[in-house]
Amino acid sequence: MPKIRAEKDFWAGLLYVVLAAAFLWFGRDYKMGTAARMGPGYFPITLGWILGGFGVVSIIRSLTTDGEPIGGIAWKKLSILTLSVIAFAVILPKLGLIFALPALVGISSLGSEQSEYNLKAVLALVALTAFCILVFVKGLGVPMPIFGAWFDGVVPPSWQR
Amino acid sequence: MELFDNLWLGLQTSMTPVNLLYALMGVFLGTAIGVLPGLGPAATIAMLLPATFAMPPVTALIMLAGIFYGAQYGGSTTAILVNLPGETSSVVTALDGYQMARQGKAGRALATAALASFFAGTVCTLLIALFAPPLAEVALKFGPAEYFSLMVLGLIASIVLAHGSILHALGMIILGLLLGLVGTDVNSGAQRYTFGLPELADGIGFVIVAMGMFGIGEIIANLEHESTRDVSIKKVEGLWPTKEDFRRSIGPTLRGTALGSFLGILPGGGAALAAFGAYALEKKVSPNKAQFGKGAIEGVAAPEAANNAGAQMSFIPMLTLGIPANPVMALMIGAMIIQGIQPGPSVMKEQASLFWGLIVSMWIGNMMLLVLNLPLIGMWVRMITIPYRYLFPAIIVFCAIGVFSLNNATFDVYLMALFGVIGYVFKKLDCEPAPLLLGFILGPMMEEFLRRALLLSKGDPMVLVTRPISATMLAFAAILLTLVLLPSFSKTREEAFTEE
Repeated sequence: MPKIRAEKDFWAGLLYVVLAAAFLWFGRDYKMGTAARMGPGYFPITLGWILGGFGVVSIIRSLTTDGEPIGGIAWKKLSILTLSVIAFAVILPKLGLIFALPALVGISSLGSEQSEYNLKAVLALVALTAFCILVFVKGLGVPMPIFGAWFDGVVPPSWQR
Repeated sequence: MELFDNLWLGLQTSMTPVNLLYALMGVFLGTAIGVLPGLGPAATIAMLLPATFAMPPVTALIMLAGIFYGAQYGGSTTAILVNLPGETSSVVTALDGYQMARQGKAGRALATAALASFFAGTVCTLLIALFAPPLAEVALKFGPAEYFSLMVLGLIASIVLAHGSILHALGMIILGLLLGLVGTDVNSGAQRYTFGLPELADGIGFVIVAMGMFGIGEIIANLEHESTRDVSIKKVEGLWPTKEDFRRSIGPTLRGTALGSFLGILPGGGAALAAFGAYALEKKVSPNKAQFGKGAIEGVAAPEAANNAGAQMSFIPMLTLGIPANPVMALMIGAMIIQGIQPGPSVMKEQASLFWGLIVSMWIGNMMLLVLNLPLIGMWVRMITIPYRYLFPAIIVFCAIGVFSLNNATFDVYLMALFGVIGYVFKKLDCEPAPLLLGFILGPMMEEFLRRALLLSKGDPMVLVTRPISATMLAFAAILLTLVLLPSFSKTREEAFTEE
């Protein structure tokens, strides 16, 4: 087993190969057509093979030339921030902006060691939420529920829009 | 003269109260967000793009352009005051600008940067007005084969002139092209890579990709290297450069503008390379060589003129050919498509008032920057001192709401989260998101042009090399690629981006 000398090249190459394989696999039933009449599969399948080729080159290069190590991936911060965005999307239709925004801000703030949890931060959060409701929902008319579907019949409809 | 008629038309369009107001708003918002460290023009534009959908096309583009050069200018302010360049093009400005600030000459550095940028902006507005029409004329004669080859050349040039690994830039382009194909095939109506999801039938929104990779992905990367920054800024005073400053800045400004205009018009050239090049040039020709890196005013004037010129000139390929030279132009093209305008050489004829209005508005916007920003410097300084821990949750909030508002769909928010992860992972592997976005925008267009070219030639791929213009462009692309693969050239290329 040859030694990986350039970690970044190796993983990037592997990622290309995997993605190329995915594009080729899911595109396997698309009609290729002929060059004169390109089918829906012609361009993506060709590109898929090219991407796979770059992946192989990158992997070979990673075994033959020295490169930088990746130096660790911030899995925790990556998960926290991704989770915060997902939480926003899950909560928004059900509970509304008034809960989704604090959830987004609260969860994402865990991604920084320097976050402070004090009165100033709470006030900033309240101000941001109020700003977003006033500007985006009331001002620009983005149809985000202020109170979501779970509050149907509980709060007056004018509070929901 | 036709030029004056055109400029007059542009003046009329851009001077309507609504357009003036939005130009002002764009410049102001752009600067405000640009001074915040860690947010470049591309992220800024992606974030504010949804707000422009309801506007008429001219107004939307004028505002977006304002955001662009506003953000560029704001980035320089941060580079000078706290040595935190928001993006690559202001990296060089930080070298001498920050030294000047430390010597208590921050005001003079900022004013020099503003004046040099304004000068470059004025020259480039004129250059665009002069050169865009003939270029568009030529481009109107292009057939699908020429377009396809032009896009190949544009993509290749954009990676050769940028920094980073060629192999990975190519890989990211191909991946971008593939992602751009997701959705309904315009020709056959077949669903491609939609996995039966109706949300994907219209393809992936480019704003989602841009916000995910430049917004969320960037934040994660920034948080990883979070440090307690020292943002104590001395009070900025003495805004007006001295006579001596003026005398020393004139030459560098002129040379920077010239170099920036030239490099900016090349696809992929843009602001960053121009700034690096201009700094290197001044260091060679300046009589004050010894002062460089220790607060030489030439080291501020030249790269600032160059990066503004480069940024402005990158509008030329976008406006005349419909080809983006950098991610910001890709976003502008996306904005045009959303507004129902097909980017390309016909824009100048069919949308004359939009075309010329946008060009004239660039000059007006540059003037606004000059008038507006120096007096407001106190406010920008206060914005810079906002700690990142307060900023990034707000950025995520605006990204999430912005993406949701595209189609009022939470699906898009999930998709943005996914692209955030992809952006971060690729960034860790030294694969830059910019080429992916360029490929993403061009993917469907390239497929369509290739399809038409091959249809006309009855399937003969030689059509790409037998038509002279197309062949020339492909030859250029091939030469560029070969050059980069030569060891000696690639060494020079590395050095061009590591100016110390």
